[in-house]
Amino acid sequence: MITLKDVSKEFTGKNKAVKAVDAVNLTIQSGEIFGIVGYSGAGKSTLVRMLNGLEKPTSGTVTLNDKIISTMSGQALRKERRAIGMIFQHFNLLWSRTVLENICFPLEIAKVEKTERIKRAKELIELVGLQGREDAYPAQLSGGQKQRVGIARALANEPQVLLCDEATSALDPQTTDDVLDLLVSINKKMNLTIVMITHEMHVVRKICHRMAVMDGGKVVEEGEVLSLFKHPAHPTTKRFIRQDSDPDSEDTDEVLRELLKTYPEGKLIRLLFHGGSAQAPVISHVSRSFNVDVNIIQGSMQSTQETPIGTLTIQLLGEEAAVEEAIKEFRVYRVEVEVLNDALQ
Amino acid sequence: MMPFNNGMILSVLADYTDFTEVRWPKVWEATQETIYMTAFSVSAVFILGILIGLLLFESRGKESLWARGSYKVVSFFVNVFRSIPFLILIVLLIPFTKAILDSMTGPTAGLPALILSAAPFYGRLVETGLREIDKGVIEAAEAMGASKWEMIWKVYIPESLPSIVSGITVTAISLVGYTAMAGVIGAGGLGNLAYLEGFQRNQATVTLVATVVILLIVFAIQFVGDIVVNKIDKR
Ligand SMILES: Nc1ncnc2c1ncn2[C@@H]1O[C@H](COP(=O)(O)OP(=O)(O)O)[C@@H](O)[C@H]1O
Ligand SMILES: [Mg+2]
Repeated sequence: MITLKDVSKEFTGKNKAVKAVDAVNLTIQSGEIFGIVGYSGAGKSTLVRMLNGLEKPTSGTVTLNDKIISTMSGQALRKERRAIGMIFQHFNLLWSRTVLENICFPLEIAKVEKTERIKRAKELIELVGLQGREDAYPAQLSGGQKQRVGIARALANEPQVLLCDEATSALDPQTTDDVLDLLVSINKKMNLTIVMITHEMHVVRKICHRMAVMDGGKVVEEGEVLSLFKHPAHPTTKRFIRQDSDPDSEDTDEVLRELLKTYPEGKLIRLLFHGGSAQAPVISHVSRSFNVDVNIIQGSMQSTQETPIGTLTIQLLGEEAAVEEAIKEFRVYRVEVEVLNDALQ
Repeated sequence: MMPFNNGMILSVLADYTDFTEVRWPKVWEATQETIYMTAFSVSAVFILGILIGLLLFESRGKESLWARGSYKVVSFFVNVFRSIPFLILIVLLIPFTKAILDSMTGPTAGLPALILSAAPFYGRLVETGLREIDKGVIEAAEAMGASKWEMIWKVYIPESLPSIVSGITVTAISLVGYTAMAGVIGAGGLGNLAYLEGFQRNQATVTLVATVVILLIVFAIQFVGDIVVNKIDKR
């Protein structure tokens, strides 16, 4: 279990101080995949670097399984770091070493004996699916393969925690999905705690159980991924979710405003389906039962660790009372409803 | 009157090709002295330069008083010794060399000046090479719990090895040039041969032979250096 208590980090530059992390409290459970999203400069990297002591908090404490990381230094900290693996956006492999030698690196640091090192490294190569490439140099590998080496290297000393700082941000979408699948399978196989730092909401949505949203050094919202998708409270969270479910959200908003002008009496609503509601023919049922017309504007479907979720932006046209009833009926089917009329005006 | 005529050209050519002047055992002796001075000083400069480079790299931009102090001191000496012209340095060091070595002649006498002038130069090259190492790789090694010693042996040196090798190649080549200069003040070697026999006794052929041998040494160093860099660079 990782606990952050009132953790702040201030950088003192030449003429001004930057509060990169501001009074963060977080608890990350053992075995979960925890996501931290935020825009560039939100303080995510600084936060994650405090989890393995690469950065010392200005105040507050960071604890990993009852050990206080934030006050450790020297030999004790170096020893503790072996229980915390880390992977990076740009992989950070040693170009001078082959795949096998890169994976052996942390084992050398942990003073593992040579034959054992090679045996262990070969198992890891198998685990990440790089058989046959053990003698290749990083320069001869694709981005996805490099990140697999990074993952194998991070797992070499059988850590309890894996920290991922933008680990998929330099990869193409297909490779990103492959790497994410690998991380999920490792999480299940080894009961490894994974902390994912990213500016990409879809990464968190696909593999994380719980998540936190960072903005200006603060954790502004935190919770289960599905419940944040259902009821985002903070504007930053809303923006992330919106960009994920509708990448062309600005175009959609444009269309919605036009529609609002043409049919001022119609209700523009956004529906969020998940679990059972995603499978029932809710729309046609509501349309028939309450005699309302449905104009579908935008829709999409996404997977999460728990269940797929769908969003649908529609316009309801009909008697005012009927429209109100229709909205209530959606809620009966556990479809989340957000009325957009006011927000758009 | 023409400034040149065929007769003049032929007589100049004759000056340079009078191989009866050349005493080959002497040439061989001078070559050995040059190689000795170069090899010895390159080895010493290699070790000292890497130490200086590591010290500069490690102390640069650090907060602690110790690091800032040592950076200033090392950096100062490096800049001073790099800026003193070699010929002046060698003359300047005569009393020092006399004190530590019995005689001021022979190839060994040239070594202090050779090492003192080339080590700071090479130290800077090593520091530049170290600063080109990917910061992310250093951070990854730190995150794995590497100690300072492991960082130096497993990250700093292997990851900057091509610069370290190409740096010592450049340095070795300029050291060959310096040995020739050191020869002039009596440290032996091909420079000494060219000066004493070639210049003072007016035997141009000896000077030409010394030049060719020096060029061969320089080409050999460059050749070996290039091969090694190509072999180790996997980027
Ligand atoms: N070593 C540092 N020195 C000074 N400022 C820093 C340092 N590291 C990060 N910062 C500042 O802290 C803030 C958060 O940075 P970072 O944690 O890298 O954000 P993120 O990873 O979310 O993009 C930024 O304003 C950044 O400029
Ligand atoms: Mg970052």
